Amino acid sequence: MKSDDFLSKNISNITHLLESVMSAEDLCRAPGLLQGLDARVKVATVVLFIVVVGLARSLPILGGIFALILVFVVLSKIPLGIFLKRILIFIPIFTAVIAIPALFVTPGAPLVTAGSKVIITEQGARTAGLLVLRVTDSLSFGILLVLTTRWTDILAALRWFRVPSLFVAVLGMTYRYIFLLLHTANSMFLARRSRTLGTFSGRENRRWLGQALGTTMAKSQHLSEEVYLAMLSRGYRDEGLALNSFTLRRRDFLWAAFALATASMLLWSNWR
Amino acid sequence: MHIPDGYLSPATCGVMYGAAAPFWYVAATRVRKALTGRTVPVLALFAAFSFVLMMFNVPLPGGTTAHAVGGTLLAIVLGPWAAVIGISTVLGIQALFFGDGGLMTFGANCFNMAIVLPLVGYFIYKVLSSNSEATSTRRLVAAVLGSYVGIVAAAFFAGVELGIQPTLFHTAAGVPLYAPYGLSKALGAMVGGHLLVAGPVEALATGLVFAFLQRTHSSLVKADVPGKKEGKIWLLWGALGVVALATPIGLLASGTAWGEWGVDELKDLGLGFIPSGMQRFADWWPAPLPDYSLARMGAVIGYILSAFVGIALTALLLYLFGRMLTRKGKDLATEQSPSERDAPV
Repeated sequence: MKSDDFLSKNISNITHLLESVMSAEDLCRAPGLLQGLDARVKVATVVLFIVVVGLARSLPILGGIFALILVFVVLSKIPLGIFLKRILIFIPIFTAVIAIPALFVTPGAPLVTAGSKVIITEQGARTAGLLVLRVTDSLSFGILLVLTTRWTDILAALRWFRVPSLFVAVLGMTYRYIFLLLHTANSMFLARRSRTLGTFSGRENRRWLGQALGTTMAKSQHLSEEVYLAMLSRGYRDEGLALNSFTLRRRDFLWAAFALATASMLLWSNWR
Repeated sequence: MHIPDGYLSPATCGVMYGAAAPFWYVAATRVRKALTGRTVPVLALFAAFSFVLMMFNVPLPGGTTAHAVGGTLLAIVLGPWAAVIGISTVLGIQALFFGDGGLMTFGANCFNMAIVLPLVGYFIYKVLSSNSEATSTRRLVAAVLGSYVGIVAAAFFAGVELGIQPTLFHTAAGVPLYAPYGLSKALGAMVGGHLLVAGPVEALATGLVFAFLQRTHSSLVKADVPGKKEGKIWLLWGALGVVALATPIGLLASGTAWGEWGVDELKDLGLGFIPSGMQRFADWWPAPLPDYSLARMGAVIGYILSAFVGIALTALLLYLFGRMLTRKGKDLATEQSPSERDAPV
């Protein structure tokens, strides 16, 4: 393979990722419906909605939930195009590819027939539809949470929900250093590419990648030691403290009541 | 292998959280003890590294590229329990920020990729590399094989989790509610795909990085404490046993879908519809029928047995292979290309 392809692919991947995270952080500050809510309430209701999506067993309910998500998106001042691009590009299309064979192999009442031969069964269509809609709905709720909540607030909310401090602290620091390491890696790829005139063999590229990864790993180890010493010298005592103080406002209660009512209504119509 | 939300039933997701919890607990206590104050920065930096590693496209001989997980590599450098927490963290960030994997399936994904993968991979590495030099070829082969078997084992569990869905969770009319393919198809796709494509990619990435670390940072590669080895191995055997016992956990999970064997049998007979009498019978599926508990126990035992037989066979093969390698280690060493010590930047 051409070395240029492989390097460019990695560079563009990493750059896209960094960009998408940056744009998400901008959206968290927009004055929308979900941005104005308490992070704890948001985390809890999003989880509730995802569970409802998991339990739903009919296409209309799952379709209705997606419509509701789009309303939330508009009310939270997230550009619909950006949201749909983020949601639909990756997982649901992939899921659709997985679901397509189910259209044809699931036995059941005929939906599409060619002559006397049943091609697509009703059960098959339902199976595929359920899977794709369910995946889209759950994914949308997760993305909605991230697009409207600052990372530090999510971490503080996790801490409030009694997630062990070790996990929350590691989660928080990991997120920070991911960007540093991605940046370092991107510089490596760029440096390599700017020095490349001809083409390298795949073998050569693989060896280089092994070295790049190995070096990054050794760097992370070195960095962790330095970070630890820096933390220690600033009085770190192996315990994290979240500085956020949460306050529940009227709209948080309203939102929670709305979420509970919607969830119970959906579940009621689900099992009716 | 990141299972998104919607592929697994909430019951399965709950059970998988339950299955992952004790491992997280053990990992957290062990890691805290071993790394003391360093725990947070060390885990965070290595988790960040493993995120970066998962992002990279590895150039493959066919001209395409693919991604690796790097779980075994992390387990070798950091120790298996630290890897459990590190990879769980990465999976959490991927699920939250990039929609890669889900929030409900987080437990299942962690079980497969952050628990089974590094523990199995590390165990095999440990068995094959015992008493070898940090820079020996045997150690490299052990890392490569460990990562390969580790990822295939993880895929096996993912396949089982996905494959039990249509049998356990479907509507009265037989429409699967979650992942639509049965055990044979799901296992075939997951294990087959990982045996042929993802496994070799993982092995390749692990081998490349490991070989580089051996040449330039051999202190990272040999992290085992002398004298403690025996205890650690038994611990890993124990963990493996628990993992194997967890195989049928999805079956134990739900009291649902029980009146429906009849429906399946009808399907096997080639009927495309369900008679109304059957339908009525199938309608009260949430009530577990006591008569079936024996058949159900049979399925559970079958799962456990097959898991243990599989593990025993793998262990035996690897043991023999390890023996062979110890004898032929020197012959293999000649295949190594001359080392290059230059770092990429």
